[in-house]
Parts: sequence; C-alpha cells; structure tokens
Amino acid sequence: MTTAINGRHIPDRLTSPAARALKSWEALLLVVAIAIFILNALASPYFLDPWNLSDASFNFTEKAMIAFAMAMLIVAGEIDLSVGAIIALASTVMGLAMTAGASTPVLVLLGLGTGLLCGAFNGLLVAGFGLPSIVVTIGTMSLFRGVSYIVLGDGAFTGYPESFAWFGQGYVFWVVTVELVIFALAALVFGILLHRTSFGRMVYAIGNNATAARFSGIRVERIRFVLFLLTGLMSGIAAICLTSRLGSTRPSIAAGFELEVVTIVVLGGVSILGGSGSVPGVVLAALVMGLVTFGLGLLNVPGIVMSIVTGALLISVIALPRLWAMARRR
Amino acid sequence: MSIMGKILTTAAVAGALMTGTAQAENLRIALVAKALGIGFFEAANKGAQEAATELGDVEIIYTGSTDTTAEGQIEVINSLIAQRVDAIAISANDTDALVPTLKKAMQRGITVISWDSGVAPAGRQMQLNPSSAPLIGNTIIKLAADHLPPEGGEVAVLSATTTSTNQNTWIAEMNKVAGDYPNVKVVGTVYGDDLADKSYREAQGLMQTYPNLRAIIAPTSVGIVAAAQAVTDAGKIGEVNVTGLGLPSEMAGHVKSGASKSFAIWNPIDLGYSATMAAYHLAKGDAKAEPGATIPIGRMGEITLDENTEAAMADPFVYDAGNIDQFSSIF
Repeated sequence: MTTAINGRHIPDRLTSPAARALKSWEALLLVVAIAIFILNALASPYFLDPWNLSDASFNFTEKAMIAFAMAMLIVAGEIDLSVGAIIALASTVMGLAMTAGASTPVLVLLGLGTGLLCGAFNGLLVAGFGLPSIVVTIGTMSLFRGVSYIVLGDGAFTGYPESFAWFGQGYVFWVVTVELVIFALAALVFGILLHRTSFGRMVYAIGNNATAARFSGIRVERIRFVLFLLTGLMSGIAAICLTSRLGSTRPSIAAGFELEVVTIVVLGGVSILGGSGSVPGVVLAALVMGLVTFGLGLLNVPGIVMSIVTGALLISVIALPRLWAMARRR
Repeated sequence: MSIMGKILTTAAVAGALMTGTAQAENLRIALVAKALGIGFFEAANKGAQEAATELGDVEIIYTGSTDTTAEGQIEVINSLIAQRVDAIAISANDTDALVPTLKKAMQRGITVISWDSGVAPAGRQMQLNPSSAPLIGNTIIKLAADHLPPEGGEVAVLSATTTSTNQNTWIAEMNKVAGDYPNVKVVGTVYGDDLADKSYREAQGLMQTYPNLRAIIAPTSVGIVAAAQAVTDAGKIGEVNVTGLGLPSEMAGHVKSGASKSFAIWNPIDLGYSATMAAYHLAKGDAKAEPGATIPIGRMGEITLDENTEAAMADPFVYDAGNIDQFSSIF
C-alpha cells in the first residue's frame, strides 16, 4: 500500500515485512539454535532422544519463565536483580507452611503470594519512591535471601507432599513436562501482552523516553509497579517449580539465577538500555542456552569450559551484527 | 512452543531411526565432584583412574559443575543419565535437592552411590564416608589442643558454607567431645563459603575480634589455606596456630613456616579409588547395597554397610613437618 501525496508515491514501509523478518535478531537466533541442534546431534549419539531432551529442558524452563517478565522490565528501562532471592524466600515460605501441614493448593497460593509481595515491595521502592531499580533490587537481593537464611540457617525443609512434586517432576503427556507447558503458556501470555496490547506499547514508550511517555498521558509509575509485580509473580511460579523439582528448600536455592535470567534476556535481543526487544527472541535465547549447556554436558565438557563457551556465545551473538554492519558501511 | 514441539517431533523421529546405539563394552563409571578445579577432587580422580587401570574393563568419566550448587549438579546428572552410564559416584552439594534426580537415575538402571559429601538414603544405594564423623570431629579439636599453651586458650572455627553437610556434621561432633579438652575454649564459628578471599577476610576478622585467639580450626581445604595466609600476613605465626583439614600440597609452605603445626585429612586418592571399586562391584551385581553387607574395595580391604547403608573407609591421617614433603607431591 502506498499513499499519493502531490503525485509522489510514499511507501508505508521502507522494507517489506518478509525482508525485515529475515534480517531480524530472531532469525539470527533461530539459525544459531538450529546450528547448535545439528552440531549436538552429530557430536553425541545420546542427543536425539526425546526423554533426554525432555530432561534437558529443565536447564532453562524455570529461568525462562522469569526471563519473559524480566524482558518487559528491561524493555521499560528497569531491572530486577532480586529474582533468585525471591525464589529463595517464596520457597522458604512454602517450606514453613508445609511443615505446618499445608496442602498443595495452599503451598502454591503461598508461593505465588510471596512472589507478588516481593515484587510489590520492589515496585513500591522504585515506582513509589523513585529509587533506581538496580540499587533497590541489589538491596532486596540480600534482604529476601537473608530472611531465608535467618529462618533456615544450615537446615532444610524436606518432605513436600507427593502431589506437590507434579509441578517440577510431572508430565502432561509423553515427554512434555509440566514445566515446559508453563514455559509455553508464559511465552504466549507475555508475547500477547508485550506485542498485542496497548500496555505493551506503553512499556516500549517508557523504555524509549519515560519523560515523553509521561507527557503523552501514560501513567509511567503505575506501569513500572505492575512490571515489578509481574516479575515477582513469575519468580513465585519459578519457585514452585524449582522447589517441587528439588523436593526440598535450602536458603542457597536458585543462587545466581538473576544473572542467568539477564543473560537469556540480553541474548534474546532485548536492549539492556531499554526500548527494544521481543518475546520470541527470549524464547529462542532460552532454547539456545538450554541446548548449549546440555550438548556440552553430554560430551562431559567441564563446567568451567562451559561457562567460557556461553560467555563467548553471548559476546559473539551480540558483536557479530555490529561487526557485519560496520563491514558493510565501508 | 511450536519450536520446542518441532524439536521434540524431530527428535522422536530421529530417535526411532537410530536403532541399536553403539554399546560400550567397558563399564562406564561417572565420578561427580562437588565442583571442578578443587585439588581434593582432582586427587580423587587420580584414585579412580588407578582403580580403573586395576579393574581393566572400566572407563571413568570425571565431571562436576563449575560452582557448588545443587542446580548445577542436577544438570550434570541429567546429562549422565542421558549418556546411560553404568554407575554414578557423587559427592553432593545438597543432601536433599539431588534426591529426585538421582532416584530417576536409579529407575533407569544406573547404580548410584555417594561418597565424601552424602545424599539422603532415598537418593543413593550407599554412602562411602572417608572416615567417620566422630573420629574427624575428635581429630580436629585434638590437633588444636595439642599445640595450645598449658593454661589453654581461645579457639575459633572457620567453616565452609552454612549449608555444607560435611562441615556441619564434623563441627557438631567436635562440640560433643569438647568436654574432653578442657584447655580449648571455642569462641565462635564463621563461614568463608569455601571462597579463598572471603575465608581470608573472615580469618582476619577472627583475629581482630578475639585478640587472645590461639588457634583457628578450619575443617575445609580452602579455609585452612586462607586462614594460614591471614595468620602469616598478620605476623602472628607462633601465636595463632592454624589446623583442621587441608591438602598437603597446598599446606606444605604453611607447615614449614610454622603457621600450621599440623593438620589432618584422609587420603582423597584412596577415597576416589574406594568409591570406584564399590560402584564397580554394585554395578556388576556381585555385591549388594544392603545393611550389613560387605563390599570389597581392592587394596583398601573391604567396607561394611551400617543400618543406613553407610560405610567408613579409614581414620583421618595427621600431617606435620615430619611427613609433609612425602605427601605434598602426591595431592
């Protein structure tokens, strides 16, 4: 479609949607994911086994659930480094309730509720008091986990009910785990929220220019608060899955999750400066990370080498398009 | 999801096509460390290799996570299950969190034993302890008491993390027998998280908090070196004696300088050797993991399982200026 102004045709878009899709970050990630998949299949005879792939999906499902909410937060120009600590606190609350004899539905509600409360606390400090999110969440990172350590010390909660194991160890059908289904549903919900609703457009607007967004009538603080709430909620869901999978709670649970979640988000093409990024990119990035760690694990590559490979992958996937653009400009 | 769906479908088709994957003739035993890059576990691997050479039909897969987390070890175990190894011998980062994954391994026909740092009984067939906790607890406090002035003195403990199964058990056992050593006054326990820099700072903190401190007990190979270094840097050699559990190769310098008069450790080479031997006999089916059963462990003799299907390998061994050179080149 073109519009005629003074006899001149002005195209709506400079490039066709198909051409844009081909050059997109998501396309690049898809190619990387497929390449890694093929390499893995060639390198190990054990890779192409549905059960093995199903087991391997646990490498990323919980982190990816949080990554969707984190992606929206980073698009809006904020960050939450307390997600691992929220998991620890939510897991501890569930453990306390379990010891008091709570049933599985109550445990789930408590997990979600703790996540929401932690998110609300972060959101209040950032949106309500205007504090920088990186400072606030570095603080709450120690605070939430600190509470777990006070409650548990060197102890652990064990003996969760059998029915609670369903979330982290159960299957919906064949090799499709409950966690995979939650992951897929979360991808769908966040995909629609970010890309198909006015809420999503406002998130981009805030990330690109919060001041301009405010003058356009967007209630910036309220949206920031909701985003922290969502991140807290997803951390609560991840806490339920991880606690169920481990069948126990220790205060050191999910240590270091925050950086792995941020890694997935950044690898997914979300600009760390805010304003751009997509949910499909995050899905692909989670798959890439999962495939890389599982593939290297099958070859018994030492974990130290594995971290080097993931680091190199992150830098090269981010640097390559820049280098490519620079080379073309010359 | 559609992508994951496609991947799974592709995988299913390809999996069906790949009939009869090549079976290794050797028995594959995976030795899983708490984390890679720690001298103790590298030494255990040496012992495992020695056992493999002796047995002939064994291939050792030595692996572990980068950091000491349960989540990292679960990823490692999942990839070992995927490779259909014959046995997993693991030193656990978490007593309970590994249970569901290790149960799955056992359901798929893999022999699972834990060694060094144990797993809850539901997640393994047997646990091989390097020594017994009461003996270790007694040894570390005795080593501190041996070098205190006659009138006694203040002693502090520098442990690993608050959640370390091993260290917590040993310290509990140590406290049980503390009454037998009236000259030892235990003033506190701090945690260096098995990180060299944090342990160093915690040791410095101890010397500042307790000016009359006479000994630091560090029942961790990372902590004892950091504490000895902190004592050396503070110029308190001869005043504060560092003891506990450490590796001869890492402690040789500190024993010679006098920062540490003596310390103890079992032999990790023997431990890796014994764990491999036990896993081999269980996987072969010529030994059973049940209370009261005995399992041959090669040159180390045999072990007897107690009612919790746990067994102790040997007594801890004391290293001092007299024998440090002999062992520091080994591990």
